[in-house]
This record gives sequence, structure tokens and C-alpha cells, in this order.
Amino acid sequence: MNGAQKTLLETHNLTEEEYRQIVRKLDREPNLTELGLFSVMWSEHCSYKSSRMHLKRLPTKGPRVLQGPGENAGVVDLGHGLAAVFKIESHNHPSFIEPFQGAATGVGGIIRDIFTMGARPVALMNSLRFGPLSVPKNRSLLEGVVAGIASYGNSTGIPTVGGEVAFEECYSLNPVVNAFCLGIAPKERIFLARAEGEGNPVIYVGAKTGKDGIHGATMASAEFDEAAEEKRPTVQVGDPFMEKLLFEACLELMATDALVAIQDMGAAGLTCSTSELAARGGTGIEIDVRKVPQREKGMTPYEIMLSESQERMLLVAKKGREAEVEAIFDKWDLHAVTIGHVTGDGLLRVRDGGGEVALVPCPALVDEGPVYERPLERPAYLEKTARLDLNEIPEPRDPGDVLRRLVCSHGLTNKHWIFQQYDHMVQSNTIVLPGSDAGVIRLKGTPLALAMSLDGSGRYTYLDPYRGGALAVAESCRNLAAVGATPVGATNCLNFGSPEKPEVMWQFARAIDGMADACRALSVPITGGNVSFYNETEGESIFPTPVVGAVGILEDKTQRVTHHFKSAGDWIYLAGETTDELGGSEYLKIIHQAILGLPPALDLEREKALHVFTREAAARKWLRSAHDLSEGGLGVALVECLFGPLGEMVGASVSLECPARADALLFSEGQSRMLLSVHPDRAEGLESLADGHGIPLSRLGVAGGERLRVQLNGVDAISLELSALRDAWWSTLEKDIHP
Amino acid sequence: MPRFAVLVFPGSNCEGDVLYALRHVLGQEAELVWHKETSLAGFDAALLPGGFAHGDYLRPGAIARFSPIMEPVLSMAEAGKPVIGICNGFQVLMEAGLLPGAMLRNKSLHYVCRYVDLRVENADTPLTNACTTGDMLRMPIGHADGNFYADPAELDGIENRRQVMLRYATPSGELSEDANPNGSANHIAGIVNERGNVVGLMPHLDRCYEPELGTDHGLRMFRSLISSVS
Repeated sequence: MNGAQKTLLETHNLTEEEYRQIVRKLDREPNLTELGLFSVMWSEHCSYKSSRMHLKRLPTKGPRVLQGPGENAGVVDLGHGLAAVFKIESHNHPSFIEPFQGAATGVGGIIRDIFTMGARPVALMNSLRFGPLSVPKNRSLLEGVVAGIASYGNSTGIPTVGGEVAFEECYSLNPVVNAFCLGIAPKERIFLARAEGEGNPVIYVGAKTGKDGIHGATMASAEFDEAAEEKRPTVQVGDPFMEKLLFEACLELMATDALVAIQDMGAAGLTCSTSELAARGGTGIEIDVRKVPQREKGMTPYEIMLSESQERMLLVAKKGREAEVEAIFDKWDLHAVTIGHVTGDGLLRVRDGGGEVALVPCPALVDEGPVYERPLERPAYLEKTARLDLNEIPEPRDPGDVLRRLVCSHGLTNKHWIFQQYDHMVQSNTIVLPGSDAGVIRLKGTPLALAMSLDGSGRYTYLDPYRGGALAVAESCRNLAAVGATPVGATNCLNFGSPEKPEVMWQFARAIDGMADACRALSVPITGGNVSFYNETEGESIFPTPVVGAVGILEDKTQRVTHHFKSAGDWIYLAGETTDELGGSEYLKIIHQAILGLPPALDLEREKALHVFTREAAARKWLRSAHDLSEGGLGVALVECLFGPLGEMVGASVSLECPARADALLFSEGQSRMLLSVHPDRAEGLESLADGHGIPLSRLGVAGGERLRVQLNGVDAISLELSALRDAWWSTLEKDIHP
Repeated sequence: MPRFAVLVFPGSNCEGDVLYALRHVLGQEAELVWHKETSLAGFDAALLPGGFAHGDYLRPGAIARFSPIMEPVLSMAEAGKPVIGICNGFQVLMEAGLLPGAMLRNKSLHYVCRYVDLRVENADTPLTNACTTGDMLRMPIGHADGNFYADPAELDGIENRRQVMLRYATPSGELSEDANPNGSANHIAGIVNERGNVVGLMPHLDRCYEPELGTDHGLRMFRSLISSVS
């Protein structure tokens, strides 16, 4: 191989061995266009070549699963003739290069994945990670990402009902932007991306093709260096208005029977949509790139095939029904152009007017890409981080002051500055306003509601990848239990460093194992998701960051529970056992500047029992409030329970037995715990229900008053005035973003 | 039985909410009407829903005012029938010249979605005739351009002619900067035309028509509308 060839492979992010495989598949040297097709389809982003063998360990089946991984999104049966279609996807790299458009197009892409399956999108969520806000660049990244998500979600009329955000040094040069979308479809009308029927027309709809986003998938499969900003042209530009028209038109078309298959053009654009449609259908596709609507003159077949211009879809319609398809798109002022047809030879044949410019077997692009069993090695840092000696951590004198500092830290403070920029009420189904444990939407015309929550801790996973993976699943499902919902499925987004580093692969493999075990124990199958590798800049990886989006069902929406205390006089209970685990806690990080120790242990049986108990109490309508204990432990959870979404404020007086350290009691993030409040008349029932499930339940105190009062061993330890506390907790983020 | 037209522009996204409230919650006859239609014959009132008509490109409402359906909307307004613009619909009615004033970007420069408290200033409009002046309502807003503006002379005129229908206020009804979510002049959240039949407001009655949505205060407005055409 000569120097020029090597350079060519390098620019296509292909190895020499991969090139040799391509030659074997074709039985000849590929031309440049064909090389382009392989480079995007065999990129990490599209092929999952490093993750595939590990992902197999995740449980994907369950009684309600109608479609597991492998399609555009997972599908679960909701009963009442309805199905939920959902998935999460990352847009980390584009969001760092161009935060507004990067995040916006991330939302656009996941929305297309959902309506492609025939579902009307009804909810969005997002999971975000940034570096500390003391750095101006991180503030502008946060502002840009939030504005981009808002712009796209709001304009398309899909409520953003939940999400999470966390801040760590390691995300400074590599933020994490994961977008989740959920749609509802009639169970019998799920559309799959399978091109069938020789001679059926292949129709291009939506926006024109431009030169934007060429090699976006390849960019997302490489790490960054100081030249990252020069990659801005590889970030696509979104047009949410076009997307809205596109999904209204597609859903209208899906209500007819003219459609055979449909696939969105996301990563790898036309290349991916044509080859996947054909490979899944066991057919071939022939297209003429000259017929593709183009935004600019003189585009080469290579550019047209690799463009990642947004808001485009590829359809296969029944032959003879083209006019019907065109009429629907015409109503919405959109292009619908027949660019080719389905063939029976299993080949992707690309013409440029008359001449053939690429001829590749579809399975070679889609299914026969390289699969790597990358080496694994336990990272050396774990020896150091695992050592946490609490004797070396001085115990603060004023727990009230610590609590105030914690609830004013960026990870724990109120996030209204973010969620109020998102339309979270459009479609008038949102029946739990932001601030509770999970987003909850009703399904009109049924008694059902759906709950959803995104969770994952990079810090926990960094300190113990296995536990981190398991804890992400546990917390997501615990959040569903807190609102009274039963999980029916989950999607995951796995944000990691370079798979070429054995330490990163080890983190990845262990996190998968943790997730798999937790999913099995909590009966929540993974129905699809996304892997984002190469999250590193200048050789530094982000914390391994698995994000889990569990979806749950409430058979009776009136059984939903919100997080905040409702009335003075209600009794406050803690379900679950408090340990002195401080490893990996927000408390250690914020107050002692230490990211150390092992994250809290997880007993999956106990976790499951807590969920069942909480759901039963919710179903009996005994709970006035329920809130899971997570980051910041009992202390922070108590503060969060004082404030409702419409300005409600109810104080609390609690009294705790403190056998050892007060900081561990108040700020341990020990798992499988829930803070509940009930009317005193329900106390006896709740206690016996907990007993029946083997859940330790302790009465902490009573709701009411103008303060949060905490007694430790009978001595006043914390007394914070409500409105001052709320002001501090409410305004921190806003103040610190515009200091 | 009165019939309500709920207009749909490309990019509208609250038409379903308005339709659901009218049809399923209040049992009214209501139909979606596509913006390319040229007649509203047989309808007793028109509602322009929220959303991003034509992507809000150029300026919210600026392109929608040229949609074919706006001709019959103007005629309807002239005939004295209720024409209601909610959020983006309000912006369209301003661009169409049916209501005075204009919308600037929110003072925060951000989109804002949340519940606000509103004081009824004029209980003699198609949306407030079931209220009493001074009543407090709690309803959601969701917009990026809801900062009501009119030049001082026009603003005086609006005030003097009692065209202000709703103002943003504290829960106890006081006017304060903190309770003004977007910087609107004189805390204005909704207005009515001089004749009293064309109404525009930023708050979404179509998002608070059942208690499980937060409040059902929007129902009072829908009921006012129904009684104004019955």
C-alpha cells in the first residue's frame, strides 16, 4: 500500500485490514464512492463493531416487548391496542463543536427514529453532562445545548417531560448530550424498515440534500484534538419546522396502506437508509443520485450518498401508488421524488444519471462489517480510588450549612432554568410537572399513564463500572416506582472513551454486566439504544457514562404520586435502610473535593421489594408523596420534598437516630430508599404493608411549619427557614450561568 | 349548537389540545380547518391555536397572516363573531392587524414554559364573561416571544378603552416585575379588540382544562366562549 492509499484510508477512518476485507467482499478494489459507503457503514457509530459482542449480554425480551434492538426503536405493548416506541441517542461530538445545532439535530434524529416506526412522538427527555460552570466555555455549552434542544422540541410540538444534568471536570472538553423520544402507535400498525417487493418505488421525501454532515458518523467515531472546531462543517443544521411537516405527512401516509417500508436518513444518510432497508428486507435497491433533490449544484455521488442533511426520509411504496404518496406530501409542501426501486439481487446499485457509480452487496455494508473482540484491562486508577478512609474525612460542625451548600451546588440545585425553556405541557397530557421523580403523561382515551426517567452516574461508573451500570438501571426504575409506575422496558445510551483502550473496554464490559444483572432482577428488558465511543479529547476519556431510560406504565393514571409534601400533619416515613456509605457521593465531591470510594452497594432483591411496596402503596392511594433517595441522600431529598411545582411550600420536622457520623446519616447515597408521606390514618396500613414486603420503615417526623427542622439524637441540628431555602435552591443555576 | 373552527397552519402544534377540550371535555362541535381553506361558512367562532406557524420564520405570525384562511377570518371578525388567538394565534392576529401591539422577545431572551397567575381585568370579553373583574386564574404559558409592546400612545389607548383582558400578577393579585414572566408592557397577558369580539392571549387555556393537568382554570374561558356564541 502506497502513501496516498494510506492517507486515503486514514481520512476514511478505515484500517488496512478493514480495507482488505472490503476487497474480499467485492472481489475487487472499491472505487472512491464505494470506499465512502464502507467507511460510514463500518464506522463505530453505525456498525457497533466494538460493542456488539458485549451488548448481546443485555436481556432484550419480556412479556410486553414487541420489538427489541435492531430496528429504529424498541416497541412495547401497552394494552388497549397501543404500543410505546422509544429510544435514546447521543449527539455528544456535534454538541461540543456547535452546541445549538448539535443538540437540536440530536433531538431531530431521535424524533425521526420514533415516527419512522409509525408512532406519533408524545414525549422527549434529555440527559446532559458538562464541565464545571465556573469555566465560561462550559456555561456557553450549557446555554447553547439547552437552547438547541428547546428550539427543536418546542417547535415540533413534543413536550420535554424530564431529564437530568450533571457536572464533572471530565466533561469540559467533551459534553454528553443524550436525547430520548417516546411515541405512541396503534399496536397493529408498527412500521418496519424492510424494503420488500421487487419493482416497488423507492421515494425520497423531505428536505433537499446538501453538503452538510458528510462524514458525521465517521467524526463521531474518532476522538478530538485541538483541531476539533475545524470540524464544524461536519455538524448538520436542523430545521424543526421541516421535521414537523415531515412527521405529520409521514403519519398521514402511514394511515393509508400505500406504504411498504420507511427509514429515516440519520447517520450515514442515504447510504445507511438504502442499504439497511434492503438488507433487512433481503432485497436490493437501485437508485439514481441525479434524481435526489439537491440544495447545491455540482454535488458528486460520493457527497450525495454520504450527506447527513437533516429532515429526510426514504420510503418504499406499493407500485402504482406513487401519486397518492405525492399528493400527501404536496399538501404539506414537501418533496416526494421517486429515486429508484427495489430489486431482487441483494445489491445496492447507485447510478449517476446513466452510469453506475457504486455496486455493493447490501449485507456487506450492514451485517458483515468487522466485529472486534477488543482487549480488556482493569484500569490502574481503581486501586487508588477504592481507598476511602472516613477517618480522614473531617466531619463538618454545622450540618445545616452543609445541606444548604449541597442544595445550591449545580448538580443538586433546582433545574427550572433548564426545564422552563422546554415546552413540557404541549399536547396537554403532562400530569406530573417537572421536579418529581419521573415524567408522567396520560394517554387520552384510556385510563393509562406512562412514566419515564433518565438516569446514570458517570462518577459511580468511574469508581466501579459494574455497580455504576447496575445503579443506573436501579435508579431509573426506582424513579418509576416513586410515581407509582411499573417498568415495561428501557433504552440505554452508553457514553464511553476510546474502545481501542483496554481500560475503556473493561469499563464498558463491566457496566454492561451491571446493567444486565439489574435489568434481569428488576424485570426490565433493554429494547434498544445507542453506543457512543471515542468520548475523549487530547487522550483524556470522560467518566464512563451509561444512561438508562426506563419506561413504566400506570394502569390507572389517578394512582400517580408526586414528590412533594402536601399537607401539614402528614407523617413522614423513610422506607429502606440507611448505611454510612459515602463513597462517590455528592457530599464528598462538593464538601470535601474528593471523588473517592466505592459507589453504594446494591442489593437487587431489596431494591425490587422497595419498588413493589411503593407501587402497592400508590395503587391503594395511601401515599401523599414519594421521592427516591439518590444524589445528596436523605438531607437533599428532604429539601426537595418541601417544594412543589406550582410554588407550594410545606415545611417538615424530623427526628433521626444517629448512631455514628451525622454526615453519613444525612448525605449517604445508600440505595433502595424512598421518602414517603401519608395521612396519619394511613400510617398503620403502610407499616403493615412494609412489613409484609420486608421493608424497614421508620417514621421520621411530620410535615408542616415554616422551616425544615432536623433533630439528631434529640438535639436540634438543622433549622432552615423555608422561603430563604427555596430562594437559594431556586436561583443558583440562573445566577451562576450569568454571573 | 354552535360550531367552532380550530385553524391549522403548517407548524401549529396546539390544535389538538384546543379541539380535545372543546369536543371531549365540553361536548361541543369543533373541526380542524387547514390554512389553505378559503371559507369558514357554518362556523360561529374561530380559534387560532398555539405553535410555530410556518416555523415562526421571519417573525411569529408574519407568514401565517398571508394564508388563504385569513381572508374568512377577517370577515368573521368584521361580522362580530368571536375570533380567538392563543399564544402563536395571538401573534398571528396582531400581524393580521386584528389586534393592536406587537410581541418582542421575552426579556429573559429564553423560551419560558410555566404556570403563571393572571388577574382578570375585563370580564366582558368572549373568554372572560364567566369571570368577574379581579378574579385570579392560574394558567400555563409557553413562548419565546410574548413580551407585549405598544408605543406609549397606543398603550394608553388600549388601557383607556379597557382592552386589557388579563394581566400577569402575583397569586394575590398584585402587579410586580417578578410576576411578569416576559417583560410585557403594563403586565399585559391578553387583550380584546375595540369591538369586543377578537381576543388574543398568551396563556394556554388549552393546557389547563382538567385538574390533573395542574388546574382547570382554562375551562372558565372555554365556557365563556361557548356562552358568547350560544
